[in-house]
Amino acid sequence: MARIGVFICWCGENIARNVDVEQAAAEVADLPGVACALAYKYMCSDPGQSLMRRKIAEERLTGVVVASCSPHMHLRTFRKAAAMAGLNPYLVEMANIREHCSWVHHDRSQATRKAVELIRMSVAKVRNNHALQPIAIPVTRRALVIGGGVAGIQAALDIADAGYQVALVEREPSIGGKMAGLSETFPTLDCSQCILTPRMVDVGQHPNITLHTYSEIEAVEGYVGNFKATIRKKARYVDVAKCTGCGQCWNSCPSKKTPSAFDYNMGNRTAIYVPFPQAVPARPVIDRNACLHFLKGKCGLCAKKCQAGAIRFDDQDQLVTEEVGAIVVATGFQLYSIGKEQTNGHTIGYGEYGYGQSPDVIDSLQFERLVSASGPTNGEIRRPSDGKVPKTVVFISCVGSRDNAKGISYCSKICCMYTAKHTMLYKHKVHDGQAHVFYMDIRAGGKNYDEFVRRAIEQDGAQYHRGRVSKITQENGHLIVRGVDTLAGEPLTIEADLVVLAAAMRPADHVEELAQKLNVGYDENGFLSESHPKLRPVETNAAGVFVCGACQGPKDIPESVAQASAVAGKVAIMFSREELSREPEIAKVNETNCAACFACVRACPYNAIERAEIRDRKGNLVKRTARVNQGLCMGCGTCVAVCPSKSIDLDGFSEQQIYAMVESLE
Amino acid sequence: MSDSNDFQPKIIAYVCNWCTYLGADLAGTNRLEYPASVRIVRLPCTGRIDFNLIVKAFETGADAVLVSGCHPGDCHYTAGNYHARRRWMLFRPLLEALEIDTRRIHFSWISAAEGKKWQQVITEIADKTRELGPYSDYREICQAESEK
Repeated sequence: MARIGVFICWCGENIARNVDVEQAAAEVADLPGVACALAYKYMCSDPGQSLMRRKIAEERLTGVVVASCSPHMHLRTFRKAAAMAGLNPYLVEMANIREHCSWVHHDRSQATRKAVELIRMSVAKVRNNHALQPIAIPVTRRALVIGGGVAGIQAALDIADAGYQVALVEREPSIGGKMAGLSETFPTLDCSQCILTPRMVDVGQHPNITLHTYSEIEAVEGYVGNFKATIRKKARYVDVAKCTGCGQCWNSCPSKKTPSAFDYNMGNRTAIYVPFPQAVPARPVIDRNACLHFLKGKCGLCAKKCQAGAIRFDDQDQLVTEEVGAIVVATGFQLYSIGKEQTNGHTIGYGEYGYGQSPDVIDSLQFERLVSASGPTNGEIRRPSDGKVPKTVVFISCVGSRDNAKGISYCSKICCMYTAKHTMLYKHKVHDGQAHVFYMDIRAGGKNYDEFVRRAIEQDGAQYHRGRVSKITQENGHLIVRGVDTLAGEPLTIEADLVVLAAAMRPADHVEELAQKLNVGYDENGFLSESHPKLRPVETNAAGVFVCGACQGPKDIPESVAQASAVAGKVAIMFSREELSREPEIAKVNETNCAACFACVRACPYNAIERAEIRDRKGNLVKRTARVNQGLCMGCGTCVAVCPSKSIDLDGFSEQQIYAMVESLE
Repeated sequence: MSDSNDFQPKIIAYVCNWCTYLGADLAGTNRLEYPASVRIVRLPCTGRIDFNLIVKAFETGADAVLVSGCHPGDCHYTAGNYHARRRWMLFRPLLEALEIDTRRIHFSWISAAEGKKWQQVITEIADKTRELGPYSDYREICQAESEK
């Protein structure tokens, strides 16, 4: 026989003003199963909770209804209090008579009547509640980090330093990401490679880090604490174990004309190559599409030169599996493709800027390579078309960003800062040159950021024009930039030698596919969704999967690094326990009744339902049934609604509970 | 005041825990008044709601039913709200065949930030249902069936 205690909160005057709490208590006291019903000024206060605990013991309660505020506010509080009194916390329910009643209905009699009904619904529900136990899940204390840019590097190093094993997967032949290609960084102008490459070496040498470069995620199965990732290690045609990275092969390679992706096609590389000198691992790969051995069956010079015998023309892709407890996504960004039709199909890029037509119209990452000491011009600023030093350079910000017509409404956040940096770097190398910037607004929020932009303008003489550029044409070896200066209120034409476009930041290619493999949400722009923008900024709605860096939204290096360290903290917290504890309000299958139609398997958004077989002792198949994986189920209940035989139910929101609630209504 | 205004339509609202329930909470925090005859049933997700629950609501005397969850793309559980929508497309003809008055079934997307929208939706449903009058037909059939 149920013995339910109903505790009605006054919430000071918040509830009591519009709801006659004493009358409500008197009315619900007679409901079937109710052992006691009383009102108290503040149920969530310490005396309120002790009152509840005392009553649980005195009245030998088998269930509790607290009628007060929203369960989002205090359900956890009251469940905890019940647990302290020895009552299973899942036998506590709330009736929301504040947000849903006293605050929105000013007619006292109507509000009181509604409060009574809400309590009656909750009593009907709790009579059908079952004691539930938190689900314990074992944890594999090993993390997978996807993406080896600065965010992935930081996360991997921090997790590894905390004493846990890390597998770091990078698509390119070397880790380093976008940051490895930058020249200097704002607002300090310290050399990007000088700060990043030592950390890359740390990753390469860390005893807790296994590096999978030139590799991609093929598949991910499992659930929080127990993921199994299949990684495709692409054929390098070089035996990494034997190779010493001496460089004989790439120095002797006769195929030298492949545009270097690391230099954003501003320079060339050989067919066997390391993307940049400080690559980690410092081991080359062979580009099949450029190698004469693969194209014509000839050459093989690298194999002849290699004293270690590391060249392996018969190398194949390999699939390796990593069993991990947590997954960190740090896949970073790419630039908006300026001249071309965009991948989302409804935007057309900026054909009017001549990007891709004139070699002297470049994007900001290309400019980084042009100023970088390790770049194709060894740091001398020479324009791509004829190698001349440009005397007038026009920088255009917001190319793509904040332009709904081009499909991107957001601000890319970092462009104002790096454009200011570009004008400074340019001025420091070309003293008699003039930098012009077309901008919409200058957004320089950050420590020492606005000061930095002021310096670019006041000390290094960059000319800032507020306005947009409408067209860039070529005339006599110059680029004619036609725009408008909206502050002066007149059109402005500048004859430039080089134009640099600050293109919008977009998530890396194919991140949607990865997100789907991981069951992580993403927004309309393809940026991965965090669990809560303020309170859970690095967790995702897929338990055990975390995000950091620009894959989650545009951000600069300090923010990416901070977020990566935050992720490492979260992973370390998860790994500090032997087992994870999960909310038990999840689906379960009545395997006797299940007709094995597997409609639930198809409906489940988490792939949490498996096709199982029940066999007798001899191994003969008795029946097939659906079975819920407790680690994967998030408790949405979509399966319950699709099950034709009602063989699957959701603890905490079971058919019986919901029907009892509806039936209790008068 | 006309007579029809005295009729307080009973509305059963099946709402998801993450968007609409919080939207209704916000309406409370902002003290946005709306008809008191709505009864909220909190479910994890609109994907949890099958049409039996809608029929059940009418059986127990509801004059209108609301199903409300997250906006498309916002589902806490990735896609439950799409399931709810698809299911509705399938079941509408079936409910019509059962001669259930589908004008009394309402769907909406109300986010956790849309307290104002919650107030509007409930007020509109109440007004519309008041025009339709009490839903006695279905209840009478149910009663007749149970007395057989």
